[in-house]
Amino acid sequence: MAMIEIKQLIMRFGTFTAVDGISFAVERGTVLGFLGPNGAGKSTTMKIITGFLAPTMGQVSVCGFDTAMAPVEAKRRIGYLPEGAPAYAEMTPREFLNFVADVRGLRRDDRRRKLDLAIERAGLGPVLEQPIDTLSKGFKRRVGLAQAILHDPDVLILDEPTDGLDPNQKFAVRALIKEMAATKAIVISTHILEEVEAVCTRSLIIARGRVLAEGTPLPDAGGWRFGEHQAAPGRLDAIFRRITTGENQHQEIAA
Amino acid sequence: MIRGMIAIFRRELAGYFATPVAFVFIVIFLLLTGIFTFYVGAFFEQGQADLKPFFMFHPWLYLLLMPAIAMRLWAEERKTGSIELLLTLPIRLSAVVLGKFLAAWTFTAIALALTFPVWITVSYLGRPDQGVIVAGYLGSLLMAGGYLAICACLSATTHNQVIAFVLGVIVCLLFTVSGTPIVLDIITPWAPQALVETIASFSFLARFGSIVDGVIDLRDIVYFASLIIFWLYANAVVVEWRKAG
Ligand SMILES: Nc1ncnc2c1ncn2[C@@H]1O[C@H](COP(=O)(O)OP(=O)(O)OP(=O)(O)O)[C@@H](O)[C@H]1O
Ligand SMILES: [Mg+2]
Repeated sequence: MAMIEIKQLIMRFGTFTAVDGISFAVERGTVLGFLGPNGAGKSTTMKIITGFLAPTMGQVSVCGFDTAMAPVEAKRRIGYLPEGAPAYAEMTPREFLNFVADVRGLRRDDRRRKLDLAIERAGLGPVLEQPIDTLSKGFKRRVGLAQAILHDPDVLILDEPTDGLDPNQKFAVRALIKEMAATKAIVISTHILEEVEAVCTRSLIIARGRVLAEGTPLPDAGGWRFGEHQAAPGRLDAIFRRITTGENQHQEIAA
Repeated sequence: MIRGMIAIFRRELAGYFATPVAFVFIVIFLLLTGIFTFYVGAFFEQGQADLKPFFMFHPWLYLLLMPAIAMRLWAEERKTGSIELLLTLPIRLSAVVLGKFLAAWTFTAIALALTFPVWITVSYLGRPDQGVIVAGYLGSLLMAGGYLAICACLSATTHNQVIAFVLGVIVCLLFTVSGTPIVLDIITPWAPQALVETIASFSFLARFGSIVDGVIDLRDIVYFASLIIFWLYANAVVVEWRKAG
């Protein structure tokens, strides 16, 4: 059974269609990367998977639970880092994580172990007692990350998880994602193409609310294949540009 | 579910005390009740040992103070985006709405409880009917709950706390004065009798007035309770409906 299953998702805001018929499934052990230009519908799709937004049409199930029929059961199994990593500014990371642990119903030893592990994995030790609104952007992101992985969920949805992190932290977070990948289904969105190469086992290029291409790493030589396009290691950007601006190029040729 | 609600409640209540605003608020509340009771209400000149002048001003105080307490409940979550985090936690929306409301109500109860010196003063000066005073306090708290439920719902309609405050004051004002002569004199000449009676029956002033007089009518309690339930339900509907925007 796929851990995340999405069928014919459509999301309209008024007359504007932000997500236009997206379908895919994610298995355990997969790290799926969302790529796409600004405004493509990546974050909107994630908001629907996590049950924040109800889609105009279509179905989402997480670990077999339909997010419309059994929202609480589905949410229990998801860890979510929203875009911009919002948190409660007046709280310290420790208070904030305790709050999330309370709402998630973690208790006693299990709770202490999970809190310690999330704090360690996100590298929050030095700032635990400092109000979140006084933290740097990178540490705020790490607080959001700690909150997302706190309950060791089966499904992780991370919206631009390494945005604003220093190079060392980017490396650490990617290593963390890879470490967790074996037992979870993970979806990340990113604008950093090398991140896809570094952590993803599959990738979707999304634009204007549609999936334009699906890519997988090439088995031996390295590099990636998106449909008929193939990229050498480190050269995903050329494919990305061709796929997401493809129409314009054709027009240019025609003109 | 209950555990989740308690977590929300505790976070929200601690949030009030996280900044000096809570203490400033309580001081203002105590000062105003003091001024109204002893100066405007001519507490001493009245020559009667009861707390009527004290309670009489509560609706007018709440009119401004309850919107101030409730305005941040949802508007701030919207503004910072933390609403996305909150509503993707495994907890029912009704539990979130209730937890937030109860935190605001508890904060109000604390402020109200701190007016106890007034009670002690009147008990020292005379022999007031303690039952009536207890009824007054409970009635006041119940009415505060009504104002808070209205303002919590309105807070969910916007991400701007100032707008939430202004909306709160306006709607609370309507509920406060709906039964007074100012309003009734305007609508009686043209409105059908049934409408006039309905509007009059919404009045916080009239219902609270009779509680303060020591007349505990079950209908008044049911009125405030159903008003709270109605607005909390509306609160959940508004959050659900306005999530995207
Ligand atoms: N609440 C909303 N109301 C109206 N339009 C919206 C709303 N939320 C998103 N949109 C629109 O939907 C489109 C997709 O937005 P989304 O945030 O999903 O893009 P994205 O792929 O995450 O982009 P980015 O890479 O910039 O994060 C955008 O055009 C955006 O303006
Ligand atoms: Mg986005």
